[in-house]
Amino acid sequence: MAILVIAEHDNAHVRGGAANAVTAASKMGGEIHVLVAGQGAAQAAADAAKLAGVAKVLHAEGAQYAGGLPENVAALVVSLAGGYSHIVAGASAFGKNFMPRVAALLDVAQVSEITGVESPDTFVRPIYAGNAFATVQSLDKVKVVTVRATGFEAAPATGSAPVEPVAAGPDKAQSKVLSQELTRSSRPELAGARRIVSGGRGLASGENFKMLDALADKLGAAIGASRAAVDSGYCPNDYQVGQTGKIVAPELYVAIGISGAIQHLAGMKDSKVIVAINKDPEAPIFQVADYGLVGDLFQIVPELTQKI
Amino acid sequence: MKILVPVKRVVDFNVKVRVKADQTGVELANVKMSMNPFDEISVEEALKIKEAGKATEVVVVSAGVAACQETLRTALAMGADRAILVETDAELQPLAVAKLLKAVAQKESAGLVILGKQAIDDDANQTGQMLAALLDWPQATFASKVEIGAGSATVTREIDGGLETVEVKLPAIVTTDLRLNTPRYATLPNIMKAKKKPLDVVKPDALGVDVAPRLKTLKVAEPGKRKAGVMVKDVADLVDKLKNEAKVI
Repeated sequence: MAILVIAEHDNAHVRGGAANAVTAASKMGGEIHVLVAGQGAAQAAADAAKLAGVAKVLHAEGAQYAGGLPENVAALVVSLAGGYSHIVAGASAFGKNFMPRVAALLDVAQVSEITGVESPDTFVRPIYAGNAFATVQSLDKVKVVTVRATGFEAAPATGSAPVEPVAAGPDKAQSKVLSQELTRSSRPELAGARRIVSGGRGLASGENFKMLDALADKLGAAIGASRAAVDSGYCPNDYQVGQTGKIVAPELYVAIGISGAIQHLAGMKDSKVIVAINKDPEAPIFQVADYGLVGDLFQIVPELTQKI
Repeated sequence: MKILVPVKRVVDFNVKVRVKADQTGVELANVKMSMNPFDEISVEEALKIKEAGKATEVVVVSAGVAACQETLRTALAMGADRAILVETDAELQPLAVAKLLKAVAQKESAGLVILGKQAIDDDANQTGQMLAALLDWPQATFASKVEIGAGSATVTREIDGGLETVEVKLPAIVTTDLRLNTPRYATLPNIMKAKKKPLDVVKPDALGVDVAPRLKTLKVAEPGKRKAGVMVKDVADLVDKLKNEAKVI
């Protein structure tokens, strides 16, 4: 039986953990097919075809897939699902949106945000904000699985699979995208960044939050934030790292003025090296930090920016 | 329009959960239970829509053990009009809950169902989307703003990299994100009033739903511990460690 991986893409490249989902799929046993559905997505399909381990890319073209609308994407996936033992996608906002629809339409359970594959039907996934890890076995014939990108390496772009067109499904016309407001930034994308500088309530204002820019620029890092900083309006919503925000695992995570609430730690504690800068020596963030520095961040951050 | 709001009873968000020694699950005995925080946001949003004159009734529903009645009473104290408990001692997984909710939504002729985007116990983030599929309704997940129009709803969603605004035809499913609103506290008079509001109890069998689990939990384990870190004395020491010890810069 083969495995179908549904790839998120921006028409040019696959994204949203699709390459990591391919790696996870390679541990489930079976030939891997990748579905790219979109409008003008030929280049993204070609990009998917380069992912190591992929046997075939299915490319569905149509205006009904332009916004990644879950009603249309799920209907397409279900129409293609026969013959697949596993249906897999990255646990991005896109994957989380349509995959449970696929599972329900197939009358099977979904296994969400896996971080490990024990066997073709058994997976490891975090529960309670990562305070426990459950090993679960799917009793269904078809396994619908979303993959947490930080649990798996991205499949390298060393392959060359054929791309086959597949017929587009109907436009269910139940919803439409009116607009998108994306945060524009020249910095790396938070979810896949190798280095992240993250700020919390300790920065005390949106104006002060901007002092992270210089440090991030010097490190070539993305900027993240705690929920407290986002809720206080210091930075946009999509900066949030944590259980309900982005789950990240960079090589270097610098937490500045972040106390380390459980829900924040859930989003970053798999980072390779964690640096914590906080004035409170009792802050829980120091329990997960590799290097802790207690002091006034308003003195430390400029000095660090200069010396790094 | 009638709004249905499913609510889940979960371990309170302030409780630090502990894995049981036999690795069969997490310790739930004598642990404080509360309404899933995202569901409080759902209740609040439904009440706001009703207060704006865009809905006639807010019905809250829960599925699970008898103690879920407490969670429903909390929602009634916030201002919901009446409650339904689908009572069972069986383990309920998202697909089964979605099937139960489908039956209730159809019975109640709900025009909108607002759910939390995920529950903070299993972190599955599935039930709303599954319910939408089973009803063949559109969905707007991870909502940070909801506006009800004539025959449609305009919803701003939190997506990777920013915000997206979608229009969904009604009836529809909305799942709530953290920044949609700040839930109100139940006042004492309202808590007293809530005790008299109707709360119906039904069984899954009566709704014709098979709730048998599809996933078997083999083991629940503690997360791997990070090795203890060190405190550095100043910025120079930190830069030195990052360069020469961790070698990440």
